[in-house]
Amino acid sequence: MLTCSRVTRTFGAVEALRDVSLSVAEGERVALLGHNGAGKSTLMKTILALIPATSGEIRVAGAAPGDRAAREATAYLPENAAFHPALTGREQIALYLRLRGEPASKAGSLLERVGLEQAADRRIGTYSKGMRQRVGLAQALIGRPRLMVLDEPTSGLDPVSRREFYAILADLARDGTAILLSSHALTEVEARTDRIAILSKGRLVANDTLANLRREAGLPIHIQVAARPETVGDVARRLDGTRVNGVRVDLTCAHGDKLSRLGQIAGLGGMIEDVEVIPPSLEDLYTHFSRRADQ
Amino acid sequence: MTRVMAGAGSEIRIAMRNRWVAIAVAMMALFALVLSAAGSAPTGQIGADKLSVTVASLTSLAVYLVPLLALLMSFDAVAGEIERGTLPLILTYPVSRGEILAGKFLAHLAVLGIALLAGYGVAAVAAFAFDPGAAAGLPALVRLLLSSLLLGAAFLGAGYAVSAVSRRPGAAAGAAIGLWLVFVVLYDLGLLAAVVADGGGAFTTGVFPWLLLANPADAFRLYNLAASEAAGAAAGVAGAAQTIPPALALSLLLVWAAGGFALALLAFRRVRP
Ligand SMILES: Nc1ncnc2c1ncn2[C@@H]1O[C@H](COP(=O)(O)OP(=O)(O)OP(=O)(O)O)[C@@H](O)[C@H]1O
Ligand SMILES: [Mg+2]
Repeated sequence: MLTCSRVTRTFGAVEALRDVSLSVAEGERVALLGHNGAGKSTLMKTILALIPATSGEIRVAGAAPGDRAAREATAYLPENAAFHPALTGREQIALYLRLRGEPASKAGSLLERVGLEQAADRRIGTYSKGMRQRVGLAQALIGRPRLMVLDEPTSGLDPVSRREFYAILADLARDGTAILLSSHALTEVEARTDRIAILSKGRLVANDTLANLRREAGLPIHIQVAARPETVGDVARRLDGTRVNGVRVDLTCAHGDKLSRLGQIAGLGGMIEDVEVIPPSLEDLYTHFSRRADQ
Repeated sequence: MTRVMAGAGSEIRIAMRNRWVAIAVAMMALFALVLSAAGSAPTGQIGADKLSVTVASLTSLAVYLVPLLALLMSFDAVAGEIERGTLPLILTYPVSRGEILAGKFLAHLAVLGIALLAGYGVAAVAAFAFDPGAAAGLPALVRLLLSSLLLGAAFLGAGYAVSAVSRRPGAAAGAAIGLWLVFVVLYDLGLLAAVVADGGGAFTTGVFPWLLLANPADAFRLYNLAASEAAGAAAGVAGAAQTIPPALALSLLLVWAAGGFALALLAFRRVRP
């Protein structure tokens, strides 16, 4: 649905994007991560033809970005979505519907879908930040887009609306919509997207499923063993771990050693109470890939 | 076309919410009332009906007010969208920039039309109240209304162009005021000075009429004076009005209106959000 090949964009001396190649297939949800100024918004804007790429090629639904066919297939939610303060939510969505050739009467159900039915007839100027963000989401849902480009879609949303938002995305992906979204909230994209792409200083430093990124990074796995006060010293010695308090011993091990380590722990039998395995979090992976790129 | 109308509908709504419609209507009606109350046009032509005289004074009022109203409505059109951050999203929709601009243009022209109808309507009612023979002036009033719309269209386009080039509402407002001063006030002053210095020479008879046409405000004045029986006050303009046929002045006004929109589109196409 979307392919970017070797996209570069420079602003004077600033290289906002360098040789970025990324694609999103139908029904796939890709999370675009990266530090402030990494180039996430710039990449999205080049995909939407809001700014031209300096070099490289982009195809959206088989068309060049900015072509009518590409625009008809694509929905966009800009970062800090803004609307005319004098219009009501319903009027604003009605305008966007008509611009996409849809009947204005659908505005009510779209606003309901994002939980704005109560405020639909109030002016957007009176909306809170999260409510404005929801207007942005409502317009992005118009007319079953085949590609959605969402720039920090959950910024300003409360936890419940975030969950509802990802539920909507899951529905859309199931129906074949390709979704590219950027975020700084790593924990929420961890479970709710199919692939992770990490930009660092304009370069794509990672682009794979979470499981594959874990394997590739080879970050140590943490194992927390809970013992009893009278056995904790013995457990720490036998497992060669670090005693953190009166009952707990921490171990780290490589991905490949995980099972043998767990076997060892199981061998201790009644000396331990519980064991917990903690894989590297997306935050750890993110730090790893961003750092690696710096070297 | 549905996309243009969608944009226009939304812009009219915004103009009403922002009190633009009310302000424009009140301004035009108030000035028309004052003119009517003041009685007759400065020239007070013998034999002319009351409405024709009113039209003559409305013409000299419209030359100032219509460009002002048009610029006030248009200077924010592009710069305001850039400032609010609403432009990038709309540009990703399947609408062309021409359609976006045309929507705004239609809406603003409609608001201007409503204001003109109100103002000229008030003046016409007043004229009929004092002179039963005022019907003779109706064609002149219709000509004034249509040419006022054309004049407004030209300055709407110029306002959009200024808005797109300035990118910031503050700068756009300044540039719009400058545009108004140059085209409506300074241009005429300059020509007047040149005519006085020339003392009725080749410039006054040969070049001056054409220079008048090079400014939409003067083309408007020229058209209404030339077409009207109640000739205007300024001798220079009246003289030029005899040299230039009304049809030519009107077609130039049309060219200005179309040219203003073309200029606006050109400037808007260059805007990178
Ligand atoms: N119009 C512009 N002119 C000059 N530089 C720009 C422009 N737009 C972006 N940049 C630069 O490009 C780089 C990438 O910016 P971008 O907005 O894409 O970052 P981002 O990843 O979206 O950051 P954030 O997480 O803060 O939203 C930054 O260094 C920024 O200063
Ligand atoms: Mg950004």
